[in-house]
Amino acid sequence: MIKAEQKPMEEILRSIDPYKKILLSGCGACVTVCHAGGEKEVLLLASALRMARKKIGKPLEILEATPSRQCEPEYAQELSELSEKVEAILSLACGVGVQTLVRFFPKMPVLPGVNTTFLGETLSHGIWEERCQACGNCILEKTGGICPISRCAKQLLNGPCGGSSKGKCEIKKEADCAWQLIYDRLSSLGQLYKLEEIIPAKRWGIESRDSGLRRIIREDLKI
Amino acid sequence: MVDFDPKIIAFCCDQSGYPSADMAGSLRLNIPKNVEMVRVPCAGRVEALYLLKALEKGADGVVLFACYEENCQYLRGNLRARGRLSYIHRLMEKIGLEKERIEICYLATNSGVKLVETLQRKTEELKRLGPNPCSEGK
Repeated sequence: MIKAEQKPMEEILRSIDPYKKILLSGCGACVTVCHAGGEKEVLLLASALRMARKKIGKPLEILEATPSRQCEPEYAQELSELSEKVEAILSLACGVGVQTLVRFFPKMPVLPGVNTTFLGETLSHGIWEERCQACGNCILEKTGGICPISRCAKQLLNGPCGGSSKGKCEIKKEADCAWQLIYDRLSSLGQLYKLEEIIPAKRWGIESRDSGLRRIIREDLKI
Repeated sequence: MVDFDPKIIAFCCDQSGYPSADMAGSLRLNIPKNVEMVRVPCAGRVEALYLLKALEKGADGVVLFACYEENCQYLRGNLRARGRLSYIHRLMEKIGLEKERIEICYLATNSGVKLVETLQRKTEELKRLGPNPCSEGK
């Protein structure tokens, strides 16, 4: 899922400084799971912002809402009525959710309250780690299910760089070397022969972000 | 600020804070009068939001009475409470509110005297800090 972190309080306060009444909108999906922008975080941040503004003598009125998924038009539309009563929207959804609101409310300033950080996995409660960079052409079948694009600092496709030590990355000492993980995994599966296949360089300009905005169109689903 | 009588919300764990408050009552100890006790099944039930909301809605200070470490009936409720308190302390610093307004105090079932002493000390501390400038209606 998408992982995010709440922006520093100073930055949020600065962005809402011109407004007296805002809508604070969370999202019931990914950012709820990573505790960055769910219903609880909306209530907590709203309370903190009101108190911060009260202290400096500039009271702030906040409407609170948490649609199930802010990145889906049907749910984003739920905010229409509330948006008419405010001067700006502070969104705790990921960058996608923020831009969905921008599309729906063209005359309303929509401000981000979180930094969308990565696509990751929950390691344990309160700890998340990156697992996918949405590169557009998954090679997990060839690497035992361990992604060298997201987990190797150098994004190497055909074996380790030689700088790892005792299974740890030389760039980030606390991180496992992705290629050590790949080797161990393929070894335990009895599939080390897969390492003999050369993985060609990724076509970043065709499959990935380098060619500009990506879009998926499913003709069978279009209405 | 001679007339200022700080309002304190005391979240009391059902295994330590609440029986201690009960004991303080039985012993006729002098509990500060402007304290509102909130009985909770475990300190771990107290969410970060409750602590902040208490301040927003009019409290000048909050005390969270929890069981001693390794003494929680639910194993980690007191540790969770401590973690949430740290989170709220960081948040309070960012919004310019004194973090001393919220504290955690560890008790046993029979700590009536310690509970009262803590509330009396807190009342004096809050008198020095003055009214909570961030609460509604102030």
